[in-house]
Amino acid sequence: MSAPKILILRAPGINCERETHDAFTRAGGAPSFVHVNELVQAPDRLFDYRVLAVPGGFAYGDDISSGRVLAQELRHRLGDRLLRFVDRGGLAIGICNGFQVLVRLGLLPCTQGRLEEEVTLTHNLSNHYECRWVTLRTQKSRCVFLPPDLTLRWPAAHGEGRLIPRDTRLAQVLRDEGYAALCYVDAEGQPTEQYPQNPNGAPMGFAGLCDRSGRVLGMMPHPDRSYLPTHMPDWRRRQLADGTLPRDGDGMVVFTEMVKVARAEG
Amino acid sequence: MEAWRVEVLVQKQQPDPAGTAAQRALGAAGIEATEVRSRRGYLLATGLPEAQVREFARAVLTDPVVEQFVVHAPGASDPVLPRGQHRITVLPRPGVTDPVAHSVQKAMVDMGLPAIATGTYKAFDITAAAEPQDLTQGARRALANDVIQEVLYGRLPPGLPGAGGKADLAVHPIPLAHLDRVGLETLAKNGGLALDALEMETIQAHFGKLGRAPTRMELETLAQTWSEHCKHKTLTGRVRFEGKVIDNLLKSTIAHVTRTLNRDFCVSVFVDNAGIIKFDDVDSVCIKVETHNRPSAIEPFGGAGTGVGGVIRDVLGTGLGARPIANTDVFCFAPPDLKQEQVPQGCLHPKTVMQGVVAGVRDYGNPMGIPTVNGSIHFDENFVGNPLVYVGNIGILPTARAHKQAHAGDLIVALGGRTGRDGIHGATFSSLELHTESEKISSGAVQIGDPITERKVMDAVLAAAAEDLFSAITDCGAGGFSSAVGEMAEGLGAEVELDAVPLKYAGLAPWEIWISEAQERMVLAVPPGKLERLRQVCAQESCELTVLGTFTQSGRLVVRHGGTQHSDLDLQFLHHGLPVRERDAVWSAPQLADPQIPPPTDLRRELLTVLADFAVASKEWVIRQYDHEVQAASAGKPLCGLAEDGPADAAVLQPKPGSLRGIVLANGLNPRYSRIDPAAMAECALDEAMRNVVAAGGDPDYTAVLDNYCWGNTRQAQKLGELVRATQALCALAMTYRTPFVSGKDSLHNEFRTGDRTISIPGCILVTAMSVIPDVTRTLTSDLKRKSSLLVMVGTTKRELGGSVWWKTKGQLGASVPRVDPALGHRVLIGTARAIAARAALAAHDCSEGGLGAAVVEMALGGRIGVRVDLDKVPAPERLRAEELLFSESQSRILLEVPPDRLGDLQANLRDTPFAVIGEVTGGTDVTFVHGGKPCCTVSLGDAERAWKRPLDFDGTLVQEAGR
Repeated sequence: MSAPKILILRAPGINCERETHDAFTRAGGAPSFVHVNELVQAPDRLFDYRVLAVPGGFAYGDDISSGRVLAQELRHRLGDRLLRFVDRGGLAIGICNGFQVLVRLGLLPCTQGRLEEEVTLTHNLSNHYECRWVTLRTQKSRCVFLPPDLTLRWPAAHGEGRLIPRDTRLAQVLRDEGYAALCYVDAEGQPTEQYPQNPNGAPMGFAGLCDRSGRVLGMMPHPDRSYLPTHMPDWRRRQLADGTLPRDGDGMVVFTEMVKVARAEG
Repeated sequence: MEAWRVEVLVQKQQPDPAGTAAQRALGAAGIEATEVRSRRGYLLATGLPEAQVREFARAVLTDPVVEQFVVHAPGASDPVLPRGQHRITVLPRPGVTDPVAHSVQKAMVDMGLPAIATGTYKAFDITAAAEPQDLTQGARRALANDVIQEVLYGRLPPGLPGAGGKADLAVHPIPLAHLDRVGLETLAKNGGLALDALEMETIQAHFGKLGRAPTRMELETLAQTWSEHCKHKTLTGRVRFEGKVIDNLLKSTIAHVTRTLNRDFCVSVFVDNAGIIKFDDVDSVCIKVETHNRPSAIEPFGGAGTGVGGVIRDVLGTGLGARPIANTDVFCFAPPDLKQEQVPQGCLHPKTVMQGVVAGVRDYGNPMGIPTVNGSIHFDENFVGNPLVYVGNIGILPTARAHKQAHAGDLIVALGGRTGRDGIHGATFSSLELHTESEKISSGAVQIGDPITERKVMDAVLAAAAEDLFSAITDCGAGGFSSAVGEMAEGLGAEVELDAVPLKYAGLAPWEIWISEAQERMVLAVPPGKLERLRQVCAQESCELTVLGTFTQSGRLVVRHGGTQHSDLDLQFLHHGLPVRERDAVWSAPQLADPQIPPPTDLRRELLTVLADFAVASKEWVIRQYDHEVQAASAGKPLCGLAEDGPADAAVLQPKPGSLRGIVLANGLNPRYSRIDPAAMAECALDEAMRNVVAAGGDPDYTAVLDNYCWGNTRQAQKLGELVRATQALCALAMTYRTPFVSGKDSLHNEFRTGDRTISIPGCILVTAMSVIPDVTRTLTSDLKRKSSLLVMVGTTKRELGGSVWWKTKGQLGASVPRVDPALGHRVLIGTARAIAARAALAAHDCSEGGLGAAVVEMALGGRIGVRVDLDKVPAPERLRAEELLFSESQSRILLEVPPDRLGDLQANLRDTPFAVIGEVTGGTDVTFVHGGKPCCTVSLGDAERAWKRPLDFDGTLVQEAGR
């Protein structure tokens, strides 16, 4: 079976495209870079791919607010193609700034199946950017590729990552109806709002969301910076305890499972 | 120009972190506010009807979940606020770069609206019982920087700045022939040229022979090119020192070491923007460290940010384009708790400087997507007028593309940002001393960065490099186009036409366009046949491209504007006409003695005080604001250990995901030693950088180093003597360590004049060390890993407390500054590295500021595990007291955690090197030191953590963490 084609979106200020590309390659995917300037010229090129990945960075400087200008560009230049892409069986992932873009676009969580902004990712309660490793727990969710009940350590690195739903009713829907795919957790594995385990103060520990179809996933922390064993902050201790390094870092599972599903669905 | 004003604010029931931060900042400035709410303001030119303004505000400017907006029509009256409520508006001064404005415009176009003029501002609604005047004063300090921003009280911003004035296009010949020495000096001084009498006379003679006056542009070009910043004329001049004449100090010392060692891993040294060494069979790595001190003193945020941007461009412009992969930053400040009355007029408070610098590095480095992996921060009262901001960058490039050569016929092409009046006279400004008025007169030298424009330039350059679309490249740094084109044209010639240069606003005179230091620009030499493809690549990356002219064979630098010639300079004179400077240098040791300090009764308290000194204290508050993970190449992080808060000695990078090959990067600097002996300072910097490399698992025999000088006024013989002495000591040690210098930089005249007092910084050489290793899985960290391991000290401890942190906590300097025994130091480095390579150690940490005591506690904190150390076992040539063993800062010492069954491997690798087992990892929660058979100092990990984390915990979140 051939490697699924993956579109790695580039744009001015997106800066995690190389690691996202490398992680997908390692997972057996066939990623290629497409600049947003190329995509808006020929928007139907989107349908040549099985997976759309929006990497992290500072698209257009995160001017106005994070991800806003790129989301605005995609919404006006691609129209409803993004929804059709998912309807036709495409998969999508947004990491960090990419997550912010998908949220501003309304592709996440998309509980009503239309592009509207239901949640936001806004300024950390600390009011500044912060880079630290966090512990996440994958929840039982709609996501068709992210396995539940995994405890994972990924680095978070953002200034606008506090996920706020439009109202409390939506917050409950996200938690109870399988949208909240990833949560920051405490030492007991429970979702937490406590700093620093939760680096931005997001209610209910929300760290990542999927959409209604389960085919789109976004998260603030970075699996693309934790896919190799030597990315992990404690690899020396793991090596000492086990006598050897694990094959992968904790972030690899996202790429492996995504490629696996894309391939199985052909 | 009238404009719509849209203000976006956080909904009432939502927290407003920016408002809370402003409230805290105002509090620090003495304004107690009960509430502060923030507003983001946008100015939109009047062409748009109100309905479209509202639609744009709703759909784009406002976050529908947590924000709301208000619209003020053009000409709307100022807000009327209830008593006790105040409105403060902060807006950029005219001509200051406003990067967000461009994105706002782009978003309008994407929505199908016309591309009208836009601008941005900030506003704050403040509830406080304060007088408007006091509030405005406080806001000027706490919420704005007067140099680049205006503060309005109770008013809306008046509108958009105008389109700029009419340019003065005249050539302006500047007659010199009639001037005497004093007249020439006055001309140079009034013009901010930073040229001395001899240099002015040389220029006078040159144009005398030509029988004409230089034009303003020619004189400015000469001033930029001959500036200390660009030509390093002190270090390359002639110096008389201790009865000898040294011709070209740099060549006969630093470069001499590199030439003599002739290490085979050096690919390109001292000729390019950065030094290049081999990484593997295909690729090389390059490294450059710069200083950006003056701009950072005046405007810390912009200064530090554009410093980072500049050094990234240096690396991008190395060889035929290198990909930047890591930043390293080292700062020197006055202590952040300095009393306001001790801050001289014209200086910002050191805490303000520190917060601004950190934010500047953060807000440039992070958006660039380049991890800041390593650095250090140093404190000394004498940095109050001249903070030091060292910014470094590493890049990777194919070895086959390590050399460049422009050819006659190549087009001169500029990429990137637009040109404005920013940074005019930056190069010459950085060669003058600062004084009380500098803040006011030199605001033109301040630059504001726009990292996303630079990111576009970087993406475009790397894409063009991959297709081999240019034959030479350099960055536009100090001196702007004049330096960049002037340098590339050396040995050739150039014809430049400035009409096509895209400007930020109208009104720039041709000479201003030519020397502007507007950021984010690169200059390329492009074969004409490749221009079209380069245009396509740049269009794809949204990067602006301008053809400036052509390289020629004329040997002349010809510049025109609108067909009128403004410059016709002889390149030979421009680059080699600078008269050799001759200076006297003397050094006499300062009259110092060691203090008599009675044996302390409570060593625990002494240790906690040392841990809480700014020099030793945790830098976590700074580190976490930098992205150190982007690019996914970090195999050794700046914070390590069980709770990821222990200090790392060096960064470990794994730049190619398919390979275990790596880079170890470290720094060494101790300004305080310079107050006693600059030679000690220099040696210790190199030794510390190398210890850090080795402690992290680097290879001392495959390490290149950089020397970065920051000095006081070297026109004084004593200051120059200090510099010569330091350089000689540094070079002697580098010869023994076999470490070639591959790049360096100097920033001289770091003095601040206030009233009749001159504050000079202690002379500093920052040594940055970069090692290449075959396998990152053999590197290690400083945190203790396992109960029952042995703690081993490699190296010997002497009574060397001069300049130590411990004596500083007693208000003492002393005389017995640490010196390096080169032969012993080399054995320690090589032996320890071999032992680590043989996997004899689980952890390693160098002993530096705070001595053995601080180093042991840091290792224990990192591992959250107790340790017991017997001070009597510490190798020492003479009997020392407990506090001397704890706090001596003797060099060439590394602590290792060694499993008992690996002691044999350690011994085998440290045959001729003093070392001893000095303790054991106990598994408890205390660090205990034993002396004379009895515990003399026991400190719990919790107390140590609080003492160590609190001093630089500016958000108050780290210590709370310690309570977990």
